[in-house]
Amino acid sequence: MTVVRSEVRSGAYYDSAVLMRLQRALLELPGVADAGVVMATPANCELLDQSDLLAGTPRAGPNDLLLVVRAETEAAALAALGQVDALLARRRSVAAEAFRPKSLETAVRQLPEAAWVLVSVPGRFAASVARQALDLDRHVFLYSDNVPLEDEVALKQAARDKGLLVMGPDCGTAIVGGVGLGFANRVRRGPIGLVGASGTGLQAVTSRIHALGSGVSHALGTGGRDLKAEVGAITAHQALDVLARDPGTRVVVLISKPPAPEVVTRLLAAAQTVGKPVVVDFLGYPPPARRLGAIRFASTLAEAAELAVGLLPADAGASATIEIPQASGFQSPSGRYLRALFSGGTLAYEAVLGLQAILAPLYSNVPITDAQRLPDPLRSQAHTVLDLGEDIFTVGRLHPMLDNDLRLRRLGQEAGDPQVGLIWLDVVLGEGAHPDPAAELAPAISAARQHRRDLEFLALVVGTDADPQGLDSQVERFAQAGAMVCRTTAEAVEIVSRRLGQRPAPPQPPVALDRLAPEPFAAINLGLESFYASLVSQGASAVHVDWRPPAGGNERLMALLARLKS
Amino acid sequence: MDIAAANQTAVEKMMSARPILKGLAPARDVVPGMRPNLLLHAGPPIEWARMSGPLRGAVIGALIYEGLAPDEPAAVAMVERGEVDFAPCHEHATVGPMAGVTSASMLVYIVENITHGNRAYSNLNEGYGKVLRYGAFSADVLNRLRWMNTVMGPVLAEAITSSPDGLDVRALLSEALHMGDEGHNRNKAGSLLFLKWLAPLVARASGDSAVAAEVLKFLGDNALSVLNPVMAGCKAMADAAHNVEGSTVVSVMARNGTDFGLRVSGLGDRWFAAPCETPQGLWFPGFTAADANPDIGDSTITETAGIGGFAMAAAPAIVTFVGSTPKHAVNATLEMYEITVAEHKHFTIPALDFRGTPVGIDIRKVVETGITPRVNTGIAHKQAGVGQIGAGLVRPPMAIFEEALVAFAGQYGL
Repeated sequence: MTVVRSEVRSGAYYDSAVLMRLQRALLELPGVADAGVVMATPANCELLDQSDLLAGTPRAGPNDLLLVVRAETEAAALAALGQVDALLARRRSVAAEAFRPKSLETAVRQLPEAAWVLVSVPGRFAASVARQALDLDRHVFLYSDNVPLEDEVALKQAARDKGLLVMGPDCGTAIVGGVGLGFANRVRRGPIGLVGASGTGLQAVTSRIHALGSGVSHALGTGGRDLKAEVGAITAHQALDVLARDPGTRVVVLISKPPAPEVVTRLLAAAQTVGKPVVVDFLGYPPPARRLGAIRFASTLAEAAELAVGLLPADAGASATIEIPQASGFQSPSGRYLRALFSGGTLAYEAVLGLQAILAPLYSNVPITDAQRLPDPLRSQAHTVLDLGEDIFTVGRLHPMLDNDLRLRRLGQEAGDPQVGLIWLDVVLGEGAHPDPAAELAPAISAARQHRRDLEFLALVVGTDADPQGLDSQVERFAQAGAMVCRTTAEAVEIVSRRLGQRPAPPQPPVALDRLAPEPFAAINLGLESFYASLVSQGASAVHVDWRPPAGGNERLMALLARLKS
Repeated sequence: MDIAAANQTAVEKMMSARPILKGLAPARDVVPGMRPNLLLHAGPPIEWARMSGPLRGAVIGALIYEGLAPDEPAAVAMVERGEVDFAPCHEHATVGPMAGVTSASMLVYIVENITHGNRAYSNLNEGYGKVLRYGAFSADVLNRLRWMNTVMGPVLAEAITSSPDGLDVRALLSEALHMGDEGHNRNKAGSLLFLKWLAPLVARASGDSAVAAEVLKFLGDNALSVLNPVMAGCKAMADAAHNVEGSTVVSVMARNGTDFGLRVSGLGDRWFAAPCETPQGLWFPGFTAADANPDIGDSTITETAGIGGFAMAAAPAIVTFVGSTPKHAVNATLEMYEITVAEHKHFTIPALDFRGTPVGIDIRKVVETGITPRVNTGIAHKQAGVGQIGAGLVRPPMAIFEEALVAFAGQYGL
């Protein structure tokens, strides 16, 4: 038979490492069978209940420290609870020597060279601490979770406007200038830079890169929600820009859980402009191609690491910088939209698959997602990929592979739309197909281009040199008509990406590289003391803030203070 | 409303205030509103029924000293008949250590802030042992008071006024902080500087070398002799920062042995008071915490002005009062930067690479951080007349800062 005794301390805040140590110390006391020392959140109370530690416990809330002891006798239980202050003080007297600031402001004065502030305080306080760090012109590593999405958006917008990074919330790991923040693995420094919206993903890839004998320049976390539409990948864009400019980064890896479709296109477009090879792994997101311009798509984390290492130049001194390919001989199209008029259904589908990563909004009558469905197949809108071989077009007439009439009419219709900048046609050769597609399509292209010099055409010619139409002659006549000619969908998608893909301007002001990772690295930590210990053990200068909830967590006074902060 | 700017204004005024010791005169001649049946006391307002032992003893002693009552029972009866008015020293531009009881005929130092023109006053320091400020009123206590006011007083008054420029209290404090004082519990260096300044003046002012010797010995034997002018100097500085519209800077902290009181620059003359704590510290032999009176005295004006407990890092010699090491003394000062608006331009600390002391307590920061000001203090016996029984550390109750914050929001409609 055991008895359970408990004590509630309102508004007492201790970091969880301290509580664990205290709990362990209580367990070592005579007669104590079990002990629980937790902040009384619903989840923690449930855990206590499962250990039979909740019976008869007084009411307590998330800001209360709950101390529970189960012991053989009541005397033993009470004696153990009576030891709590002494056990807490035992630790404090050891730490009392160096002054620990209570506020971020003081910490910054104590360690002005600190470029980063690590925040792992409870979620509901985290946004205001992060905001303070930004006000003090520091980058933020925001480990805390349960930060409202609107706070994340506001923080990241404020950070971007100041050329600062907010990694997180819920960012578990990062490596900056060779120093691991949070739960980072010890990996050697090297030429591969990473941007990750997935903490463990980032750890897995950096570890693999290390195992493959290479190393990491920076591994910048974004937090799991950065690639949601509301956030718009603010941090990921900044991080890509940092790695693009960072002279120590030769190859870039971008990993994320499935991102929002509207975010993907802008992010991939930004990745195209990095000027270095970029390996992308969007977990669970179908790669549009194996390679798209400067981007290589990986389908697993390990593959991402391997691709990145493989892309490094053999001569470490050589630059891995690649030329951003430009379509030559063509003006930039004035119209913004693509209209792809396909005769082949599978080609159309493959085009949608590839284009959805680079163009938005994209519509089709052979959509991959519901959102891509073209409401009226007779009328194109935005970027449109049409399969003219669909039933609705072929009722009562020949398939467009045989009869170009429908395509020629539609081509005229699209060419007349000033918003259209590029028209993509497939030209399928071979037995049974139209005997000479160029004879009808090429003059239509010439005519359209005479009318609009800024309108571009792209012909995807599918066939062999044995085909009856004569491959070379077909290609040549389309080229003469002023069309770009290519032979594979992937090639075509890459051309479209170059001609029409958004080229987001790099974030302004840029994150200053010398403020990203000062040597020696210096940071301020609020929250989990283990993050501070980790910084110190890596040789970084660090200050741990003896953080407490403002106004002891009193909501009314906190609200008042917020109003009185001018 | 720009609270930060208002606070900056307040603290700039506090730092630019230049208190000069200019004279010594009976309270009734110089203290505003002073009258024969008025007794000033330390801390926030308090009625007789709630006064602690040391304050009651000092009240009785003062009534006998003034000749208003022949003995203790008569004095008590007089008070109970309502014939004596009480008011906080602070409401009359005055400060007094411990009980702080000041009556009409007692001499007070006149300190003038020559930057802003305001004046502040404080009585003469009686030294150690059985003294009126700890509630003692025996015949020898009253006789010493009479000697101080009738023999030493005129000599001192003549000496001080004979100096063309007076004594620059701020400069004296700046120097004393570099000599191991913190200006509240430790005033050894400051008192010697005071004595050094006075000695030639007293020698010239007194026609009688025996009297001059007696006066200088009395001042020199008392390592707290400069405390009262220092407190008046701090009061003159803090008053300069008072009544700045929109400022959350504390302009008064004071205790009456029952309550700890607070005033805020932007909240006018309103007191925020709550029961004070009993100080923790070192006890003189034979005494324990059980003998201690709750916190008492106006000397917290030193912390209000950025010295005392706030300058602990300057006074490693007295870290034993706070029970620890010089490192703790440094940490004590570092902690106070968390709740203050500025670093003092004139009071600097060698151990902190001559960083200015933390000055200008912001009630917002106190409430936000949960850090209350650190006050160094002497500890009085709870019975009248026993005297000082120890020294140590005390902090004001958090409730008065919270109350002031709520009142501030109310007053400014925030």
